[in-house]
Amino acid sequence: MTRRRGHRTHPGRYRRRAPGEPRAVGYLYILPALALYTAFLLYPFGQSVWLSFLHWDGLTRATPAGLDNYRDLVTDPGLRASFGHALLLLVFYSALPVAIGLLLAAVLARTRVRGMAFFRTVLFLPQVLALIVVGVAWRSILAPDGLLNDTLRAVGLGSLARPWLGDYDWALPAVGLVGTWVGTGLCMVLFLAGVQRIPRELYEAARVDGAGPVREFRTVTLPGLRPQIAVALTLTIVAGLRNFDLIYITTAGGPGNATSVPAYEVYHRAFETNQVGSAAAIGVALTVVILTLTVAVSRLVEGRRP
Amino acid sequence: MGLSGRPLPAMLAAGAILLAAACVPGTDGSGAGAPGPGAGTGIPDPATAGRVTLTVWDQEIRGGQNDELEQLNREFHRKYPNVRVKRVARSFTDLKATLKLALSGAHPPDVVQANQGYPDMVAFVQAGLLAPLDTYAGIYEWNTRYPATLLNLNRVTADGRRFGTGRLYGISQTGEYLGLYYNKDVLAKAGLAPPRTWGDFTASLRRLKDRGELPVQFGNLDKYPAIHTFGVLQGRLGAARVRDAILGHGPGFDTAGTRTAAATLADWADRGYLPKGANGLGHEDAAKKFASGEGGYLLTGTWQLAQLKKAMGDRLGFMPPPPATAGADPVTTGGQGLAWSVTARSRHPEVAAAYLDFLTDRHAADVMTAHGVLPAVAGEAAASVPPDTVDGQMIAGWRRLSAADGLVPYLDYATPSFYDTLSESLQGVIAGRLSPDRFAAVLQKDYGAFIRKQRRSAPSAPAAPAATR
Repeated sequence: MTRRRGHRTHPGRYRRRAPGEPRAVGYLYILPALALYTAFLLYPFGQSVWLSFLHWDGLTRATPAGLDNYRDLVTDPGLRASFGHALLLLVFYSALPVAIGLLLAAVLARTRVRGMAFFRTVLFLPQVLALIVVGVAWRSILAPDGLLNDTLRAVGLGSLARPWLGDYDWALPAVGLVGTWVGTGLCMVLFLAGVQRIPRELYEAARVDGAGPVREFRTVTLPGLRPQIAVALTLTIVAGLRNFDLIYITTAGGPGNATSVPAYEVYHRAFETNQVGSAAAIGVALTVVILTLTVAVSRLVEGRRP
Repeated sequence: MGLSGRPLPAMLAAGAILLAAACVPGTDGSGAGAPGPGAGTGIPDPATAGRVTLTVWDQEIRGGQNDELEQLNREFHRKYPNVRVKRVARSFTDLKATLKLALSGAHPPDVVQANQGYPDMVAFVQAGLLAPLDTYAGIYEWNTRYPATLLNLNRVTADGRRFGTGRLYGISQTGEYLGLYYNKDVLAKAGLAPPRTWGDFTASLRRLKDRGELPVQFGNLDKYPAIHTFGVLQGRLGAARVRDAILGHGPGFDTAGTRTAAATLADWADRGYLPKGANGLGHEDAAKKFASGEGGYLLTGTWQLAQLKKAMGDRLGFMPPPPATAGADPVTTGGQGLAWSVTARSRHPEVAAAYLDFLTDRHAADVMTAHGVLPAVAGEAAASVPPDTVDGQMIAGWRRLSAADGLVPYLDYATPSFYDTLSESLQGVIAGRLSPDRFAAVLQKDYGAFIRKQRRSAPSAPAAPAATR
């Protein structure tokens, strides 16, 4: 233990002891990456911000819009609804996968499962598939005569069968469940890796103290997985809010606009309805929402470390 | 409309468009009023143009259409060995999504297929990206080759604000209309003959339903099919008025016709004439179900004929929607395929025009007929297609519709946002969530706002003068 601690503090002290190091060289090292980042991310983002203050159809001369495009975000009921849908989808895209992943990890940490590598691969598989493929597959599963409804009918729950993607009340949860299916594997694999890094002694100590599985989970596993939970939440939240492919393939925002989300609206307005300024404003707003949420996550879950 | 598109993640896409379009907002569209190229009167000869590569963007990727176009491209190259046609074929959706960037980019293609209406063709003309073709229309006699109703759909006013009149910006190769496909076996089993009147048709729906058959196969998950169904229902209640509204004349869409058509659609859904949960079924899936014997009728476009025929053979029949009384003139939604246009910055406009002529002349029409594609203007081969085949029925229907001026343009041409408004609201009508009255009001709100904007921005040329037809 002591040796390790010494190692950890050593480099820090070293850095503080070297004030004469030519720092400017450091920028030279990151310059290539920075140049790429600027060209492909920062510059376009700046453009987006600029465009969001314009009315522009993508072809003819743009006219200044002031805050019009941003005002629409609040006043246009359709746009407001799309942000609402996105937040609701986060339950499916983020909260559920993390919860299920934790549960699976907790169970798997206590019991030895034969063929673990196989199950891990299967559960992780959705992450590897292109979302387009996932969307096409689920579109047929959720079809009126698809696998899900057939199964429901086969087990005598035919009254629950419905055209999932075409039902005003169920389309959003149905798309959400696809997101849960995609995200769960990632979370579980992250948590399993995390559990393996928790020192065995802690579990043994907890057991000696007479802790049951629930208590063991609360006092050992959960705190030990904090960094992984933060990573999982961040990744799934970003994926959830960026969610465009699944909506595009499964419902195109329908029925009506029951499943429209901001990321889909960005595409839709920029490429299909010639409202580039509005699309840019939605994109900028979405970026702000994502940033806010990820910062909040790292503060809440990781503690105030950064 | 395929879903073969492989869309970029939205953020990336937003980034890409913004990057690509970095300095375009300054484009002032002053090219819109530029005179057309090729002001001469003699027929240009591509053979004398030297080595030319013609870049062509099209969306003819379905079986018959693709074959027909491949053959014509080969023949064009044989006729003019110095011209190479470089074809870029994409699905309708993909072409629509990428064309704007391609046209405004540094190296636009020479020939593109542009969709009619405000979102595409009118917007391109406004930005001065397409070349007017009136001179060529004179030289090649397109004006007499095509009926005015069809040619007009490819016209945009000189100020680039309205379509349906003004300069010619493209020429269409194929004709298309919405009609009733029927399964002869399913109808016969219910003791029904193909309907001759609209009354026959609605009576047969009830009968099929009573016999436990699905009357009309229909899937509206992709949102657009209901526009077609609704368009047919509305068109038969007053074609001229709907056509006027689409072209910006007259009172618009808050009409008895709109309400009755919406009520009929809701009623069909309610009575089970349409599949339960049609909003959750994809259009292609519905077409497949119809082909496999589920459903008496399928209401969709002629572009689906080759595909259905392959699966159903002689069991398939086709007709324009039946008129009110037997033998009366038919009316339906339809028109022509996407316009083939020459881009304003093409370096070989004369070769491009010759190519357009080649794609649409009498010989091309025969090639299309041979591949089961409906040419906009029938050639000689059409006459030798047996009239009792489904191809023959399609050709005969087209002839009757053209003669009776019975084509109503697609409703989504009406305003830039009409596709959205219509498709969204129609899903509500089918689900029983939106009453016909509310539906008519929603359409009118979109339409009215657009017409007012048009008037405001062009006070000298009122957008909606009294109908003069």
